[in-house]
Amino acid sequence: MSETTATAPARREKLPKRKRGRPDSIRLLLNNALATAGLVVFVLIVLVAVAAPLLPLPDPDATAPANRLLRPLAEGHLLGTDALGRDILSRLIWGTQVSLAVGVSATLIAAFFGSLIGLVAGYAGGRIDTLLMRGIDMVMAFPYILLALAIVAVLGPGLLNALYAIAVVNIPFFARNIRGIALGLSRREFVDAARLSGKSNAQILFIEVLPNVLPVIIITMSTTIGWMILETAGLSFLGLGAQPPQADLGSMLGEGRKILFTAPHVSVIPGVMIFALVMSINLLGDGVRDVLDPRLKSGALTRPVARTAVMRDQVPGGIEPDAEAVLDVRDLKTEFRFGGDVFKAVGGVDMKVGQGECLGIVGESGSGKSVSAMSIMGLVPTPPGRITGGVALLEGEDLFAASDERIRQLRGSAVSHVFQDPLSTLHPLFTVGDQLVEAIQAHAPLSGSAARKKAADLLKTVRIPNPAERLKSYPHELSGGMRQRVCMAMALAHDARVIIADEPTTALDVTVQAQVLSLLDTLREERNAGILFITHDFGVVSAICDRVAVMYAGQFVETGTTEEILTSPAHPYTAKLIDCVPVLGEPERRLDAIGGRPPVVNDLPVGCAFADRCPRAGDDCRAAPIPLTEFGEGRTVRCIHPLNAEAEHG
Amino acid sequence: MPAGPLEPRGKSTVTAYIAKRLLAAVPVLFGLTIIVFLIMAMIPGDPAIAILGSYATPENVERLNRQLGLDQPLFQQYFIWVGNLLQGDLGRSYTLNRPVLDEVMERFSATLILAGTALILCSVFGLIAGVVSAVRQFSWVDKAVTFIVLIGISVPSFWLGLLLILVFAVNLQWFPASGMFAIYGGGDLPDLLHHLFLPAITLAVVATGVIARLTRTAMLEVLRQDYIRTARAKGLTERRVIYRHAFKAAMVTVIPVIGIQAGFVLGGAVYIETVFQWPGIGSMLVKAISTRDLLLVQGGVLVVAAAYVLFNLAADVAQTVLDPRLR
Repeated sequence: MSETTATAPARREKLPKRKRGRPDSIRLLLNNALATAGLVVFVLIVLVAVAAPLLPLPDPDATAPANRLLRPLAEGHLLGTDALGRDILSRLIWGTQVSLAVGVSATLIAAFFGSLIGLVAGYAGGRIDTLLMRGIDMVMAFPYILLALAIVAVLGPGLLNALYAIAVVNIPFFARNIRGIALGLSRREFVDAARLSGKSNAQILFIEVLPNVLPVIIITMSTTIGWMILETAGLSFLGLGAQPPQADLGSMLGEGRKILFTAPHVSVIPGVMIFALVMSINLLGDGVRDVLDPRLKSGALTRPVARTAVMRDQVPGGIEPDAEAVLDVRDLKTEFRFGGDVFKAVGGVDMKVGQGECLGIVGESGSGKSVSAMSIMGLVPTPPGRITGGVALLEGEDLFAASDERIRQLRGSAVSHVFQDPLSTLHPLFTVGDQLVEAIQAHAPLSGSAARKKAADLLKTVRIPNPAERLKSYPHELSGGMRQRVCMAMALAHDARVIIADEPTTALDVTVQAQVLSLLDTLREERNAGILFITHDFGVVSAICDRVAVMYAGQFVETGTTEEILTSPAHPYTAKLIDCVPVLGEPERRLDAIGGRPPVVNDLPVGCAFADRCPRAGDDCRAAPIPLTEFGEGRTVRCIHPLNAEAEHG
Repeated sequence: MPAGPLEPRGKSTVTAYIAKRLLAAVPVLFGLTIIVFLIMAMIPGDPAIAILGSYATPENVERLNRQLGLDQPLFQQYFIWVGNLLQGDLGRSYTLNRPVLDEVMERFSATLILAGTALILCSVFGLIAGVVSAVRQFSWVDKAVTFIVLIGISVPSFWLGLLLILVFAVNLQWFPASGMFAIYGGGDLPDLLHHLFLPAITLAVVATGVIARLTRTAMLEVLRQDYIRTARAKGLTERRVIYRHAFKAAMVTVIPVIGIQAGFVLGGAVYIETVFQWPGIGSMLVKAISTRDLLLVQGGVLVVAAAYVLFNLAADVAQTVLDPRLR
């Protein structure tokens, strides 16, 4: 908590509490605290149960009719006595020992046979796999407890038989989980290597594969052992498990049930014990799973809020809006936080888009170009993203200061988006028509039929043949190019002043790319909307953009008109990127021509971020931050040894 | 992938799919009969002796074995059994002295009322709890739901039933402690609901926890998807984004699990029916196992297993109706 308050001292925006992105550690701590509590309780129960013979307990089976049904806290009987006058505390501890032993044994048996089946099926594959897994499916076609009952019916009532029954019905869980992992492992190189070295299948299976599936076996055991204790207790409760005089927690509960109304403590107490035991195991298992689950670590299971959190240290005042620019972004800073790490994805970026103008932002993946574009309308997921500085003026209005409702009104109307992969960006379960109609009705009070008509018109605008029929299609029924046209139609539903296109052509093949680009170009001319075009491809840039900004490690390294930059790049990075442009007819040309990798944005160097990959870099490049400087008319470059300097400065 | 021709879509494909799934369920049901038959065939001891008693003469035993077809090879016995089964003949319960089918069907209708109600309850409450928990992630509501869910899946349902009886039937006397109808003057719907309340809730608790957990995870996963960002970029209200776009997508993952929960609810009915003396198939099975009335066990297991297959089939179909990609 102290960390959040320290890094965002002067928070001007009044944000609802849950938008502040809690640090993960609190949640982990809470889970750990619960898991720790579970561990303590579980260990305590196990210790007491194991120590039963050493404890000064009365004989659990010694009956004393004179002392029957004593209430808890009675003299000499802390938890009272049952219908035969037996001491409940003693019976409870001995019964816990039995229940634990049965639960653990059932788990071990199920784990052994289930894992064996899973390993063999996964490793052998083919017919053996099919045969074994069909068998497992067949077993799983029965309701879990019912199958256990049927097995007990065959074997006859008894604790050992109940144990077998519970073990058998749990085998499928192990078999399925382990098979999946073993199947993946058996295709890995180290298994091939072992095979080539002449090891037998059994050797490979137990020496190479088994150690790798062991964690899965343990996780499955920790999640099923609670169940198995519950179910064996259940069978005993029904009178099908432990038979008198032997008693486990379930049979104690079952015996107590008959005198529920007169002496409830006899059945309530063993139930509390079962509950405490299973709950402690589940708490522990959950804690372990939370720590191990990679999805929880990466934040893939945190809910992103409707709009990126804005936490500007100070709101820049006195900015003179550029009257000609529809969209005017100044000094935008966006960060991602994972635990204690801060990734400065965007580190101070200025963007201006005029009416009918197309600004291209070019860079490698990870350069921060998409994050810059998505920050404008608050579409960067929070957590972990947050905007920490700058302003975004849409026709003079600061979007970062606007209310959530205002942003919602502007999204899809004044500012619309076209995203990269149209298959994942369209909702798979709604028809194209429903999604279009929704986009239309979000900002226009049209009736259903009017909106549908408009939707069909929009499809016609993006040149989709047979639009009325196409409205009934689901996204997966359309081709990639067709889907991207639908997305563009959606972006045109209202008279957008700015269209933010985030790699709209990347997922498409070259001919479709060209069609989509020319369509976008026409729409820009007809509707006079400004376009912010994100791409990694200079070929695409030359086709549509008026001006270009080249981005690297969260900052612009060069800006200027498309023509200037393409013909005489000033920054060495730009030059390298241009060399990567695929040339039609030369499909073999290597695209990844820049050696090395971009720096990680949570650990940026002091000086030029590109220095390590740059052939012209000197010590001066690494010494201090390089500012973005004027480089001729309407051009800037962030380099102290620019290329083509002679050409520019004559 | 080129755009396909414009084929007629909608109802016809769904109907075709349902027909296909129904056909695919036939071998599963067939497999169930084999397993049930084999389990019963594994039972040690001579069924004829079991029926006639241990004082039966060898001649009588042999005659009965012939009558029952037990002198035939196993696979022939199976076909005789399935043949009878298809004609609705599951044999005769020797403890009740009535046809197994009659008893099983009568009991099963009571179980269906109980399990069906529980299934509806756990679906409704599980979905609500899961969605609320996901939408308000890390809030106190989320933590409370997570903790209650953990309690729900750790509590022995038969014990919970006893506690509820103690509190609501014995102390408060709001609900009856057992049975399906009042002995005197009962028999109508309000009376049934009155009796149904406690057992249905007890039976639903575990499944509610499982469904709530899964719904929460599914919602959180879906809310990270690109199409949710698209929905927000369109300017939809957050309410619409969550309850229309995210919820529908999450349901595709949750529905099959509801189908699986049907199995746990049908199985769990064994405990609950015993605790609340509900005249269903679960309490019948427990009694039949104790008295070794194996034909009754066989019939009961078969009917419940078949019902489970059909529940899963329904979940399958619901999933397909929801997700056009599966058609």
